[in-house]
Amino acid sequence: MDDVTDSKLTFHEMGKKRFSSRKVQKNVVIILFLFAPLLLLIVFTYMPFTDMVRYSFFKWNGTSKTMKCIGVKNYIEVFTRPEYFGVLKTSLYYLVGSFVQIGLALYFATILNFKVRFSNFFKGAIFFPYLINGVAIGFVFLYFFKSGGTLNSILTAFGVAEEKIPLWLNNRSLINVSLAFVSVWRYMGQNMVMFSGAMASVNSDLYEASELDGANRWQQFRYIILPNIKLVVSLNMILAVKGAISVFEIPYIMTNGGNGSATFVTKTLETAFTMKKVGLASAMGVVLLIFILIITLIQKKFFEGKEA
Amino acid sequence: MGRKLVSVLLTAAMTTALFSGCTTDKETAVTKSEDEQTATSDSSGEVKSKTSEFSGDLTVLTHRTDLIDTKFADYKKEFEARYPDVTIKFEAITDYEGDVAIRMGTKDYGDVLMLPGSVPSNEFADYFEPLGSVEELSNKYKEEFLNAKISQGQVYGLPSCANAQGVVYNKRIFKEAGITQTPKTPEEFLNALQKIKDNTDAIPYYTNYAAGWTLTAWEDHAWGSVTGDANYHNNVIIHEKDPFREGTSHYTVYKLLYDIVSKGLCEKDPVTTDWEQSKVMLNNGEIGCMMLGSWSISQMKGAGSNGDDIGYMPFPTNINGVQYATAGADYCFGINVNSQQKALARAWIDFMVDESGFALSEGSISILKNDPLPETLKDFSEVTFIVDEPATAQNEGLFDELSNTSEVSLNTDVEKKRIVEAAMGNTNESFDDIMNDWNEKWATGQKELGLEVE
Repeated sequence: MDDVTDSKLTFHEMGKKRFSSRKVQKNVVIILFLFAPLLLLIVFTYMPFTDMVRYSFFKWNGTSKTMKCIGVKNYIEVFTRPEYFGVLKTSLYYLVGSFVQIGLALYFATILNFKVRFSNFFKGAIFFPYLINGVAIGFVFLYFFKSGGTLNSILTAFGVAEEKIPLWLNNRSLINVSLAFVSVWRYMGQNMVMFSGAMASVNSDLYEASELDGANRWQQFRYIILPNIKLVVSLNMILAVKGAISVFEIPYIMTNGGNGSATFVTKTLETAFTMKKVGLASAMGVVLLIFILIITLIQKKFFEGKEA
Repeated sequence: MGRKLVSVLLTAAMTTALFSGCTTDKETAVTKSEDEQTATSDSSGEVKSKTSEFSGDLTVLTHRTDLIDTKFADYKKEFEARYPDVTIKFEAITDYEGDVAIRMGTKDYGDVLMLPGSVPSNEFADYFEPLGSVEELSNKYKEEFLNAKISQGQVYGLPSCANAQGVVYNKRIFKEAGITQTPKTPEEFLNALQKIKDNTDAIPYYTNYAAGWTLTAWEDHAWGSVTGDANYHNNVIIHEKDPFREGTSHYTVYKLLYDIVSKGLCEKDPVTTDWEQSKVMLNNGEIGCMMLGSWSISQMKGAGSNGDDIGYMPFPTNINGVQYATAGADYCFGINVNSQQKALARAWIDFMVDESGFALSEGSISILKNDPLPETLKDFSEVTFIVDEPATAQNEGLFDELSNTSEVSLNTDVEKKRIVEAAMGNTNESFDDIMNDWNEKWATGQKELGLEVE
């Protein structure tokens, strides 16, 4: 069929048509491919988000058909009442935890970067927790920390007297440490893989040269590896701050924010769905978003021009 | 070129498929609802014989995930045998309150559902179909239980069964501990728990702190059981000054909880309690007792081989020797106001409440006037049941609103956990600190809502 129509056109016209139809095609493809993700993005991200911002200026219980506009009162409440803003303190435990996590991840990545037997097996084993579903991890560690649970059995097997073992989740000064430990266990593997990846790009000639110069492993790490992966390390640190502010899964599943383990996100959830203060909770959500935005901006500033 | 064309066509095809998928669904939905409308109008005509009265699907939301394949399957069979053109579809929801409250933002929340506790009474008419006035329905049902879900004299939810509030306990353990009489005051109760601790290996009281909702059972005692006043919950406390001062019902109830925990009469590690496990432990005699509604009896009996050891006693309190117990409706059946199967939905509710015998088989109180007390509550023969009176017209919806606004949040576990945490010595608060804080918050809430305070 094409042949019939084409035969009536000059060569020049043919080229023109082909060009324009290709351009149209391109646009059609672009639009069609973008349509689905954009639709999903708008329906499931931007629309709920604008709703959330709107709710944050209202007093609303989540189901009522009437909403009362109260201006910025919700925001004032978030910042002035210690039970809302104060829970950010819990994040400090996770922040410290994530620096420990980065340290450990660096350590393991470095060791496995040198020639070690079964290094791939160890990499897999350390990365494995990251693949487990967060809910499962919550339950596993609930049994782990329980009185008479796994951890205590191990400790008693090593001769620690049962009475001397604290209740890991009942003790206020320990509960957040215990939970932060779970977080470290879970995410360390991910950090390690990122560091390993960065280390793999270090030119191996450098190691050889430094070995000839008599550098030991620590010196190799300090003067070759670390300068080369500095960017990845600082990126992980900034991500750690973000993660620490928005901790959710582990305290929510394991203790439901009880006994002083509430984080900003579990508190937001409680405010919205237990206390039925959806307006206030939306304001908390917006505040959290602003924090994350600020950190992201710092990150951008920090890495500007350092890429490539 | 050819490859590009293919990709264009492919994308186009996929997009069309996406849309046509939507359209087809919509079309079917429309036809279906038309069918349903016809069915409904048929039934209102009431000319046809009973068998062909209804047809179509009826979606029933339920919180009883445990009964869906057993008891409910039998009810479904029986009901479908009566109306052969009808198919009952159950949707059992584990986190019933949370999930349904969210679904109620749409129109799709089943035909028949259990009214979520979080919907305030002044919003019933927006979501549910009225089932009749209290006067009408009280010919057949015990009037006090009809008050559970009413708004302006209309009943919006018919209780599936009713429960008394008390203490579920292991009779064998109490006997082994040397407790001969059921305690009738908080002091006697604490002494009894101490005896269990001293004389047996059982945990005297199990808080079930981790599950959270289990702690809310305490709240029910602060209404009828301790006050003996059916109006206290919905009409009195909202206007009361300092309702948590020493000597009030809440103070009495939560002081008992605080004392149990602070005296070490509960489990060692409340933060890691396990609700499912607690049922087995009570059944085996590893736990002495738990504060839970009478709905729990059948579950405790069923959790092991020692079902006969499970007993149920009233909350340890009395007013001049008379014991009271808060009683109240369990989850209530309601009809979605957007349902296309309202008549059929009503038939299912009537079947469940009037004919299935569900309430008594669960060991709960049946709301039918002619039904006796269940066997499980025989220790309550001397006890007066107090069922909350509904709020008067000017108080309607105020209790929930005040409770939430003030953040004392009496219906939830948040502040109860705080009491347990303080009693364990994990915070620096004393019991009186918490009660004073509640009083303050309550007063602020009352002021915010502009309530009269006496």
